[in-house]
Amino acid sequence: MGMPKVAIVRYNAGNICSVVNALRRVGVEPVVTDDAAELRAAERVVFPGQGAAFATMAYLRESGLDKVIPTLTQPVLGICIGQQLLCAHSAEGNVDCLGVFPETPVVRFPEKPADASAAVLKVPHIGWNTLEELKSPLFEGLSAGDYVYFVHSFYVPASPYAIATTEYGGIRYSSALRRGNFYATQFHPEKSGAAGERILSNFVHLCHD
Amino acid sequence: MLAKRIIPCLDVKDGATVKGTNFVNLRSAGDPVELGKAYSLQGADELVFLDITASHEGRKTFCEMVSRVAAEISIPFTVGGGIRELADVARLLDAGADKVSINSAALRRPQLIDEIAGHFGSQVCVVAIDAKEVVHGDWRCYLNGGRVPTERGLMEWAKEANERGAGEILFTSMDHDGVKQGFANDALAQLADTLSIPVIASGGAGAKEHFADAFRLGHADAALAASVFHFGEIPIPELKQYLRGEGIPVRL
Repeated sequence: MGMPKVAIVRYNAGNICSVVNALRRVGVEPVVTDDAAELRAAERVVFPGQGAAFATMAYLRESGLDKVIPTLTQPVLGICIGQQLLCAHSAEGNVDCLGVFPETPVVRFPEKPADASAAVLKVPHIGWNTLEELKSPLFEGLSAGDYVYFVHSFYVPASPYAIATTEYGGIRYSSALRRGNFYATQFHPEKSGAAGERILSNFVHLCHD
Repeated sequence: MLAKRIIPCLDVKDGATVKGTNFVNLRSAGDPVELGKAYSLQGADELVFLDITASHEGRKTFCEMVSRVAAEISIPFTVGGGIRELADVARLLDAGADKVSINSAALRRPQLIDEIAGHFGSQVCVVAIDAKEVVHGDWRCYLNGGRVPTERGLMEWAKEANERGAGEILFTSMDHDGVKQGFANDALAQLADTLSIPVIASGGAGAKEHFADAFRLGHADAALAASVFHFGEIPIPELKQYLRGEGIPVRL
């Protein structure tokens, strides 16, 4: 079995080269493109990035990618801001997003932890945190309690689409989502060591009808 | 649960790793990419590469090294040294760095923090502070790798950096650095309890207990060290096992 063709969505978000590097480490040579036909033709699409929801959504609308991404039919993996943009709405800039995960909002961490464990909640949530309630072949080979790397100030609360959850500041939130062919992670698999490479490899090799 | 991070720091000069004791007397400790990869496999949570080269040619070499690190290493890494303007940041992020650490340039021109946070996001911007306790409880910031004293107070500057959009504070106690008697836990705790961003402890690691103290007494979110890792005095897997045994959350 050959390696599936993987395309990475090119847009105005940072940190795309980390995903290119990580996919190369799991044996895939991805193309980075904003061309609709090329994205539709790929067997897997990764929608990565770091950035602000308002600015990135404006760019997606301008470029027409806002119509392309939600209508993709192959497995798609949103990462970090990519996940947030697949949701219904983001509090970051109060912007409507792509709505692949309907009625799923993106909200900001509060200034104080919900469990009163400290005087202030450090935001962004930066560092290695654990995944729990794993429910997807995306996480094959991983176990609850495995660590992955997060950098974010906004998050998706508990959701029917959650396939993993993580706790920060007394809040248990959705750290990965799935609906149909759309998968998304709040954490950065491309920066999560061996666990992250396993997730990317699982995504590339997902059985998909 | 969010893990406390262990971060080896690699000083890089002309493509090779070096480490100073009290900021002088450099000793060579190997190839940065190979060393970084070894740390990553041992369980380091992040890496910091500091460019201590002054020449233009050296900067180019460092940027090439950053690309190699990004290609070969699967954990986050921060780069610093000689960053003065936004173009320096863009070049290093393009090469694949996850974060940049700024020090003297930010102290001289604090607006640089706003610019980096505005263009690339706070998560990219680590503000490093070298400080010394001039009178008991009174910490002052230093420029140029600890060579030039300033009147800026540690707490005041850290708060300003936080407000301007820094994503993390990397605090090095010059009094503790290289002495291996533990981190500056009182000052650390004051920073960690006041700021709304993570604080990385630096300077003073000599034994495993010192890391536990930086987390328990200093309330640090991460601890950085160099020579104890480079010379194998404290193997990272052993350190993390110890910390877990002490009830401190670490990634194993």
